[in-house]
Amino acid sequence: MGRILLVGRLAVRDLRRRRVEAVLLLLAIMAATTTLTLGLVLRDVANDPYQSTRAATDGPDVVAGAGLIPGGDRPAELSGLEELAGAPGVVDHSGPYPVTPAELQASGRTSDVQVVGRDAAPAPVDQPEVTQGAWVSDGGVVVESAFAHALDVRVGDPVTLGGRSFEVVGVAVTAAVAPYPETSCLVAVGCASGATPEELSGLPPGLLKNPGLVWLTQADARSLSPDPGSLSYVMNLKLADPAEAQAFAVANARENRGALRLESWVDIREEATESAADAQILLLIGAWLLGLLAVASVSVLVGGRMADQTRRVGLLKAVGGTPSLVAAVLLAEYVLVAVVAAAAGLAVGSLTAPLLAEAGAGLIGRAGTPPMTMSTVVSVTAVALGVAVVATFVPAVRAARSSTVGALAGSARPPRRTGWLIAISARLPVPLLLGLRVAARRPRRVVLSVVSIAVTVSGIYVALILDAFLAADPLAAGVDQAQAEWLRQVLLVVMVIMFSLAAVNAVFITWATVLDNRRSSALARALGATPGEVSAALAAAQVLPALVGAVLGVFPGGFALFHAVNAITGGDGDRATLPPLWQLLGVVSATVLVVAALTAVPARLGGRRPVSETLQAELA
Amino acid sequence: MSDAADMSVLRARGLRKDYGKGEGLVRAVDGVDLDVRAGETVAVTGPSGCGKSTLLHLLGGLDRPSGGEVSLNGRRIDDIGERALARMRRTDVGFVFQAFHLMEELTAVENVELSALLAGRSPRAARRRAEELLEQVGLADRAGFLPSALSGGQRQRVAVARALSNEPSVVLADEPTGNLDSAATLDVLNLFENLHTSGQTLVVVTHDARIAATADRMLSMRDGVLVDETRLTGGTTGRLGALVGLED
Repeated sequence: MGRILLVGRLAVRDLRRRRVEAVLLLLAIMAATTTLTLGLVLRDVANDPYQSTRAATDGPDVVAGAGLIPGGDRPAELSGLEELAGAPGVVDHSGPYPVTPAELQASGRTSDVQVVGRDAAPAPVDQPEVTQGAWVSDGGVVVESAFAHALDVRVGDPVTLGGRSFEVVGVAVTAAVAPYPETSCLVAVGCASGATPEELSGLPPGLLKNPGLVWLTQADARSLSPDPGSLSYVMNLKLADPAEAQAFAVANARENRGALRLESWVDIREEATESAADAQILLLIGAWLLGLLAVASVSVLVGGRMADQTRRVGLLKAVGGTPSLVAAVLLAEYVLVAVVAAAAGLAVGSLTAPLLAEAGAGLIGRAGTPPMTMSTVVSVTAVALGVAVVATFVPAVRAARSSTVGALAGSARPPRRTGWLIAISARLPVPLLLGLRVAARRPRRVVLSVVSIAVTVSGIYVALILDAFLAADPLAAGVDQAQAEWLRQVLLVVMVIMFSLAAVNAVFITWATVLDNRRSSALARALGATPGEVSAALAAAQVLPALVGAVLGVFPGGFALFHAVNAITGGDGDRATLPPLWQLLGVVSATVLVVAALTAVPARLGGRRPVSETLQAELA
Repeated sequence: MSDAADMSVLRARGLRKDYGKGEGLVRAVDGVDLDVRAGETVAVTGPSGCGKSTLLHLLGGLDRPSGGEVSLNGRRIDDIGERALARMRRTDVGFVFQAFHLMEELTAVENVELSALLAGRSPRAARRRAEELLEQVGLADRAGFLPSALSGGQRQRVAVARALSNEPSVVLADEPTGNLDSAATLDVLNLFENLHTSGQTLVVVTHDARIAATADRMLSMRDGVLVDETRLTGGTTGRLGALVGLED
């Protein structure tokens, strides 16, 4: 117990002594834990608006459709649908309602729609909640809210449906189908949602392309269909136990041998929160990339601190601390920071998730604070601890194994010798000669620098593809304009956090390099190198790995990450356009320039340290 | 101006270096006047903390004076920019430090050639010169060794070879034997004797009177001030080791 207390006390005191570093460590790990929390809880939070809509509209537990087979036996299918109303477990229903495909023209735009005929009187199951205007009446059309928003249609606007004029009398939300553009297909001709313009042009005629949903009176809906026998039907069922909805849908679809289409509220909710699922994937991928960046940040910070803590380690060992105690003290500091970062990430992620999961136009109600499940807490804490332990384990063990006398003398870890690089550098101009040698002294730091930049550039590569895809044709991505904008914002947030962490890494690594090279920089100056040459060398030691990292970040990094994203999401990578060469060259050049700018100040400070003072300090 | 002053490689007038401010002000070097002629070996002695090393750093342009003037080869160096100072150090000054200050990851020959590479010599010429110098200091067979594989005396001989790489006007040595045992001290002293004989101008800072006795002139320093000057003859003739009691 006393040993644990001692380890805790030493760790806390050292953290207090180095508050700025502790805060930077905390922020680096927190960036990863917050993003991971957001990714894990976003879907739960995004469910809230659907649940609100379901409650407000007496949403169905199962939606059953009939007449979906071209040339099918309509009377038999309709009769099968009506029989479902009396199936075991069904406590209430509405419909069957007729559904017909049509073309809608409004505000100079044309779109395919599915027209559902409804009664003017309220239905016991699925009574769409009117958010503007009124419910259906003869000659009056009610437009699904997300579709109305995408089409910019308002109450009072004239529209043409199947060549006939109607007036928009209302805008409503429903939980019986997913909001536009994810709308379920209720008609026999079939629907194509989420297709690119090229793909749409190749589809058979008659197929509804990205259809919206509108409601008319049953009489108006029937009048739009030239042949009453071609109508499809939809019925909304309420079950005694909503949790049994999926099992009910599967069992009855099987019983009717595919003549009926049954969709549970759980499936509809999945479709309704599709954009949140996309955002969740972006956040989770971002979280893993940020986790890698955080490992690089913490490794550099820990490496820098270890160099600084050599004497402290020697002192601990001299007064009887065993190697395991020394390692435990060093690990405890970072584990403590990681635990705080995990708690903070969980709190910040949970509180900001509702802001990211705002209800789309097709749903009502707001997202609430997500429930904190054990799996979320364990996942986030494990990532935070993983980052801390991976980054500190090797330096801690190395410190624990160091010689007590050497540590007490404060001798720094000897630099590495890379003979071939030293030989090559002799042929280069002075800044590159010194810069390559500076880089070669600490190969592990160079690797961290390359990884940090490569991870960031891979993220940029994928972000460029996704952003272009969302901007060019949101419907092909299965989202409307507003959702596409929202996803692009999520992408931007993740990228900004990644940029920030990568920038912090670049500055950390440069500063660690400056500190580590105090003596050799002073010596180079004593031998005749100018401050400018030494500064340029310190900057070159960062810029050269940045160039390598940026190139690797494009290929294979970004290329592999994009295909990994596709594999995880089941997406079709061929539909996205890879960034053009000029854009990739721009990313590589911009990365190098940004790293050069970020390292300029620390490198300049490092190149101008007083020579005499630094060389004299060796004797102290 | 006297003839002696005209022939000076190194010249200081009223040289001053202050640290701190107000009541905490410490004057490490206080109004030093000094002339070092070409080919002369000057020893600066005094107790630890008297300002010897600071004076050496001011003379070599490693540090900026708070007042006074320093000239090297007739050119003022106390008021020139950092870049010009660096260029001056490349070609006109060679430093030898008590702590050797060799790059740990470079072999002996790579350490010696570094000065020449910084001065812009071709890699081939720099390597050739470094090998010659290692031959001169008796370390040709240790050229490919890292400093960690060399003894203290050998490291200091590498440092001396590096100081000579660009054929400087003056070599400034700061306690060159301070970290060495007797045998290694003798090695370095013999090396300096050879330099002296070859006409190399040398300023050696030491707190060891035996080492100082090998110079042409010995300057004593106390509290930042040169308090005494002794002109010696033993430093230019006879056997140094015998003179300083390191050999029979």
